[in-house]
Amino acid sequence: MAAKRSVIPFGPQHPVLPEPIHIDLVTEDEKVIEAIPSIGFVHRGLEHLVTKKDFGEMVYVAERICGICSFGHGYGYVDAIEHIMNIEPTNRAKYIRTLLFELSRMHSHILWLGLMADAFGFESLFMETWKYREKVLDMLEAATGGRVIFSIMRIGGLRKDVPDEVLQGFLPGLDEIEEGIKACEKAFLSDPAVLSRLKGVGYLSKEDAIDLGCEGPFLRASGVARDNRTSGYAAYGDMDFEVITSDDGDSYGRCYVRIQEIYQSAGIVRQCIEKMPKEGIYVPIKGFPNGEYMTIIEQPRGGACYYVHASGKKFIERMRVRTPTFANIPALAKTLQGCDVADVPILVVTIDPCISCTER
Amino acid sequence: MRISKSPWLLHYDGSSCNGCDIEVLAATTPRFDVERFGIINTGNPKHADIFLCTGGVNSQNQDVIRQIYDQMPDPKVVLACGICACDGGIFKDCYNILGGTDTVIPVDVYVPGCAVRPEALIDGVVKALKLLDEKADKMKRGEYRSMTSAEYAEALKIKGQLAEAADTEEKDA
Repeated sequence: MAAKRSVIPFGPQHPVLPEPIHIDLVTEDEKVIEAIPSIGFVHRGLEHLVTKKDFGEMVYVAERICGICSFGHGYGYVDAIEHIMNIEPTNRAKYIRTLLFELSRMHSHILWLGLMADAFGFESLFMETWKYREKVLDMLEAATGGRVIFSIMRIGGLRKDVPDEVLQGFLPGLDEIEEGIKACEKAFLSDPAVLSRLKGVGYLSKEDAIDLGCEGPFLRASGVARDNRTSGYAAYGDMDFEVITSDDGDSYGRCYVRIQEIYQSAGIVRQCIEKMPKEGIYVPIKGFPNGEYMTIIEQPRGGACYYVHASGKKFIERMRVRTPTFANIPALAKTLQGCDVADVPILVVTIDPCISCTER
Repeated sequence: MRISKSPWLLHYDGSSCNGCDIEVLAATTPRFDVERFGIINTGNPKHADIFLCTGGVNSQNQDVIRQIYDQMPDPKVVLACGICACDGGIFKDCYNILGGTDTVIPVDVYVPGCAVRPEALIDGVVKALKLLDEKADKMKRGEYRSMTSAEYAEALKIKGQLAEAADTEEKDA
């Protein structure tokens, strides 16, 4: 009997999805022929808040673009305003920002590993990875006072200093996390049952990844060495690290890149603690921002752009954010073509979707 | 057997920033581990007893929240997790936010916080369990049936009209 085409709606509320995204899957038997994503369930109209909150308060709004990469969003906005106002934060502020950025990246990647394990049905591995994520959150809480939303960013520096004793206390924790992730890595990268779910699933070639404008670990897993941290914003210029890539281009490669980036981030955190300068953390600001600036940073999910336009008033004119998940959705639709229906949850998770960033 | 011995959770992300959703998930993982109390995070509304809703309500997801709520079997309780689900929070002034979860469905327990901490969430769930048992007892006696979302909308409308009438009376006086 010839296969009949049918459309299966996937989402917005679905057991595997922590966040609402809706995909219409056009299928023939068990194969997906076409995937049509639609978004907009989490749209709040956050960018419009610039007309109601002044440019200092907007830092806290920017942090709430997303609860997972909240530090990065706060950083992107503050960085743009600081460039407009010609403020150079102190080195200590830059180092602490870098450190917190990398801790955020670690917790985001470990979170992703857990969700991935959940997506391929390995519940105990999900629990195991999230156990180590709590240790990262402990460090972030010790440094900032918050678990997921930190509110430590401020235009001109930081709201509070992180004492050196607290920073030194992170070192044993980092070792413990690395050991734990090494143990989990065996399951992700060499367990035959897991490999059968990852190897060759959702292949994306290097050319396609570039053409479709992918970002972040999704792009690097297809063998393109692009990482905005190499531009040296914050204190990344002083740090020693190499861009991690994989030539696999499939779900396995994406797993590999993210696991290696956890170790890389732990390394950068150690370098930050080692080289931490001793000085103030805040440069006073004067007046209101006037001008425009666009900054690009590397979020855990890929490059994110922040555009700010200000005209010397208390309220800025326009803030625009372009997020990595948005850039990855066309590639997701491409990788979904030709996959099995049972693999759809895994492929949706491999782009590490962050819908609340995307829709704001 | 009391229903509170093993209540199942359903979580839906209204229009939250993800912070509360991650904390909801974190509450089920080893550090906080609510699963040891028989609480299971399920994805199916028809299996669920407790509905955890995070984030405010916007024009696109209000029907989704109503559908999920109506599909859940009685007895059921609704938790508004985080300040956005309670009343809109920092996004209250956004053009696409209608308000907290209670603008579309009745809410039993409010758990504020930005982001809500897992400890607070567990406390809220424990309070909800008591309500769940009470509702189950009343249902056995045939005295209770939970409101559907359509009835709730009607009730809100009447409440709004009454408030309006009271306002005009005050002005006249």
